Amino acid sequence: MKNTLSFIIQTTEVTTENWLSSPGVIGTIVLIFIVVFLGLFIFIKRLNIYADLLTKNTKDLTEEEFERRLVNLDKEEVDKILELRRQGFQVTQKQAELTKISSKNSGFIKKIINPKNPLFDEKARSTIKIKISEELKQIVIWYIGASAFWLIFGTLVGQYLGMKFIWPEMDTSSWLSFGRLRPVHTNTVFWGWASLAMIGLGHYVICRTSNREIVSYAWSKIAFWLINLSVFLGNLFLMAGVNNGGGEYREYIWPIMALFAIGIIITFFNFYKTVAMRKISEIYISNWFILASLVWTIILTIIGYFPSYQDGLGETVIQGYYMHQGVGMWFMTFTLGLVYYFLPSSLNKPIYSYSLGVLAFWTQMLFYTLIGTHHFVFSPLPWWLQTVAIVFSAGMFIPVFAGTTNFLMTMRGSWNHISKSYVLPFFLVGVVFYFVGSVQGSFQAFRFTNYLWHFTDFNVAHSHMTMYGIITFLMWACVYALLPKITGKEPPQYLVGSHFWLAFIGLIAYMVSLMAGGTLKGLSWIEGNPFIESVILMENYWVWRAVGGSLMFISHLIFGYNFYLMIRKKKPVGTLLRNYSQSEL
Amino acid sequence: MLNLHKDHKNLVLLSLIVFVVLSIGVAIIPAYQMQEYEPIPGQLDLTISEKKGLHVYISEGCVACHTQQVRNIEMDAVWGDRPSMASDYYYSKQRMDVWRQSPSLLGSERTGPDLTDIGTRQPSDQWHLLHLYNPRLVVEASIMPSYSWLFRVTDTSYIKEDDVTLPRGITKMEGSDVLVANEEALDLVAYLKSLQQFSMEDAVPPEFIPALPKDIGINETGTNSESSAGASLYQNNCAACHQSTGRGVKGAFPPLAGSLIVNDKNPETLIKIILLGYDARKEYGVMQSFADQLTDEEIKAIADHERSNWGNNAPKVPIETITRLRDSISQVQ
Ligand code: HEC
Ligand code: HEC
Repeated sequence: MKNTLSFIIQTTEVTTENWLSSPGVIGTIVLIFIVVFLGLFIFIKRLNIYADLLTKNTKDLTEEEFERRLVNLDKEEVDKILELRRQGFQVTQKQAELTKISSKNSGFIKKIINPKNPLFDEKARSTIKIKISEELKQIVIWYIGASAFWLIFGTLVGQYLGMKFIWPEMDTSSWLSFGRLRPVHTNTVFWGWASLAMIGLGHYVICRTSNREIVSYAWSKIAFWLINLSVFLGNLFLMAGVNNGGGEYREYIWPIMALFAIGIIITFFNFYKTVAMRKISEIYISNWFILASLVWTIILTIIGYFPSYQDGLGETVIQGYYMHQGVGMWFMTFTLGLVYYFLPSSLNKPIYSYSLGVLAFWTQMLFYTLIGTHHFVFSPLPWWLQTVAIVFSAGMFIPVFAGTTNFLMTMRGSWNHISKSYVLPFFLVGVVFYFVGSVQGSFQAFRFTNYLWHFTDFNVAHSHMTMYGIITFLMWACVYALLPKITGKEPPQYLVGSHFWLAFIGLIAYMVSLMAGGTLKGLSWIEGNPFIESVILMENYWVWRAVGGSLMFISHLIFGYNFYLMIRKKKPVGTLLRNYSQSEL
Repeated sequence: MLNLHKDHKNLVLLSLIVFVVLSIGVAIIPAYQMQEYEPIPGQLDLTISEKKGLHVYISEGCVACHTQQVRNIEMDAVWGDRPSMASDYYYSKQRMDVWRQSPSLLGSERTGPDLTDIGTRQPSDQWHLLHLYNPRLVVEASIMPSYSWLFRVTDTSYIKEDDVTLPRGITKMEGSDVLVANEEALDLVAYLKSLQQFSMEDAVPPEFIPALPKDIGINETGTNSESSAGASLYQNNCAACHQSTGRGVKGAFPPLAGSLIVNDKNPETLIKIILLGYDARKEYGVMQSFADQLTDEEIKAIADHERSNWGNNAPKVPIETITRLRDSISQVQ
């Protein structure tokens, strides 16, 4: 034990000669390979379908099926189809009128499915429309809609910032300068995108697992407006140069953050009461995570903004605590709660192990809370605090292993879902990143790796690995799993596919370029080269980062469009056919 | 007992209490403790102008790219003479006003250099102003944003006595326009210049954890490592003003390429300039003294580098000359 500890906390004997063989670095490289293999796995799975399409004579299958059905039709059904056909021939050839006839039996071909595209091919989907109250549906759509807007806005800003590294003279407007815009990007994607999406999806989970309606939809709406207002005003202030002091994710001044906090408090009581009045005796594990994350975040915000202990380095202690907990107790915990519901429900089976979920819950709380200071290793903060942070960063392996195992075991045996829709690939990427991102984060807290990577662009790669790779991918998985079920409308697979691949490849490009560049930067500093060399050597890596960022941004536009397709009022042709095929065939 | 699976109240209460307890232990108590640190005796509070400058520093988000912490590891030794301590932040990290908390100066990214000791490293107003107006005027490869809104364009005839102006040629002013630094720019520069690590006579400063087994080329023999040491020392100390190309910045810092002083067979003037600083001509700004920052060996390496690059060609400087000049200067003082 003593040995392992000293290897983790090693204080002396840090050398650069053999940096490549340092455990943290090797570990990180292995982790990146895991992600790349995952991409290949999904790619090959999708490709397989294509191969299957070619080898198996699919035509035969469908023809057989058709014949079988024709033979089995009873008289009434035949009459009905004939009647529909008659109607179909009566209309005056106008597309609009055609689509009104709610049957594919009208005799017109309305949509041709072309299975020639392996990555995005259209497969039979099984949208079972779930009946939920109009209010719940509306709230979910509101929240997800606003979050999609903030995602696009926030990443547009992010992309712009990324380009400023290449062309620092892009503009000379004070409102758009790097230092002011950077927090706009981070806060928007935090409080605008991820938080709103989580709460929106949370409404559905709480409602379903409690088997009753949310206590008050009016409260939900108030919280909705408060949070949106806080993001809107906060960004406006940031661009005008008013910020709380520059601590990351604490940039909104307190009156604005208070709006957000009140929104969260309202949401908590709304959810809590709903759970309290549930019609099922057990509290489903998702609700543990969701309720706890709301409670923890309320406490966290109060501690983060309360002034009594924040002068001098007191502020720095709180900053480490706040910024880490913001990610760990809010985003990570809430999202895990969502996954515990949406993953099994989209695979139509129970979660692999309930007790692993409970273990993950308590260890998450224990370890995550203690490790905030690992953002300030080697700083003037007390050594014991840094050491606690480093040791418990290693303890994070427990909840992470528990969570990952649970999710992967739930997925086991359902890999064929990958070929049916993109919901599982989104989940899979999110879960693997959960493992990779968290473990890599723990490696990064070790002293040598910290030595090498701290303050470099590597950190930026790490935060995109977690906030994007984990949270954002899981959020998309949930959205694609949920919306079609409650609206009955599904975006075409090639669009969801483009969204998935652009985001995934973009993220890999983003991550790998900044990790490689960050490592070289760290080495250059250790060598004692003039600082400006580390700026010059990043140039190409920054270009690649911007390329990756562009792919990610484009994928968000597609997501926005897909969202529109999933919620629009007018019934699209494709869906009609499908609805019919489900209900009547 | 607690029946967490069925009792929502217990579940929420338990997670609340455990979290609060942990938070108190790991955040609030240490925060209170860190707040107790007192300033180093003799350390000065910020002046009003410096404090205003600090506020500009925060609202422009300079912390997004600049750290202000010298960690106790050797690679950070270039940013200060000793690792940072809690007391260093006593005056700067105070709550700013009702709306804004104590500034997060330590930072988390070093896209630009650490600024703990920038006031010592770079004491020239002129440099800071030009650099803020457009960093690429003085550091070609810089990716730092330009802060042109901290300056205003005025007609030369309207300039008042205490207005600080930027050189017209290099800032590409036309007609009789000239750039004048706004109040904020001057405050910001005052703040940057105040960033000097306070040296402690009595207290024992913490030490750097040694990391690098290699030492810098200076002690080794062989021309190769010597000249590369000279190049990197020049890069770190002189290039900000005189540029790595040795061409200087027109209207602010004179070129060293082809400079008569640098090429002079007798290196005394050159050495004196480095030791004492220099402010001989009106059209150029001020150069600070390097006597305290550079050893004789380092000055030799720099001087030799300057005298054998960019087309310059003059004999090497004997180390004895430098030692002799330094001694005679300290006697005069
Ligand atoms: C996009 C990131 C970025 C932002 C924002 C930024 N800087 Fe910089 N800064 C740099 C880089 C990169 C350098 C190194 C190149 C150079 O000297 O211009 C630098 C250099 C400096 C230097 C010279 C340091 C030295 O050791 O020579 C000072 C002083 C400075 N910046 C001050 C500021 C101030 C004041 C602000 C806010 C008004 C600011 N910076 C905002 C990136 C940034
Ligand atoms: C803050 C910016 C600054 C830095 C850093 C700086 N200088 Fe200078 N240097 C100047 C200015 C300004 C002048 C011109 C002063 C005058 O003539 O009034 C000058 C003049 C000189 C001259 C005289 C050149 C001539 O032909 O007139 C030499 C030689 C010189 N510097 C060498 C150095 C060396 C060597 C270093 C690094 C150790 C260095 N300088 C660092 C600003 C700087």
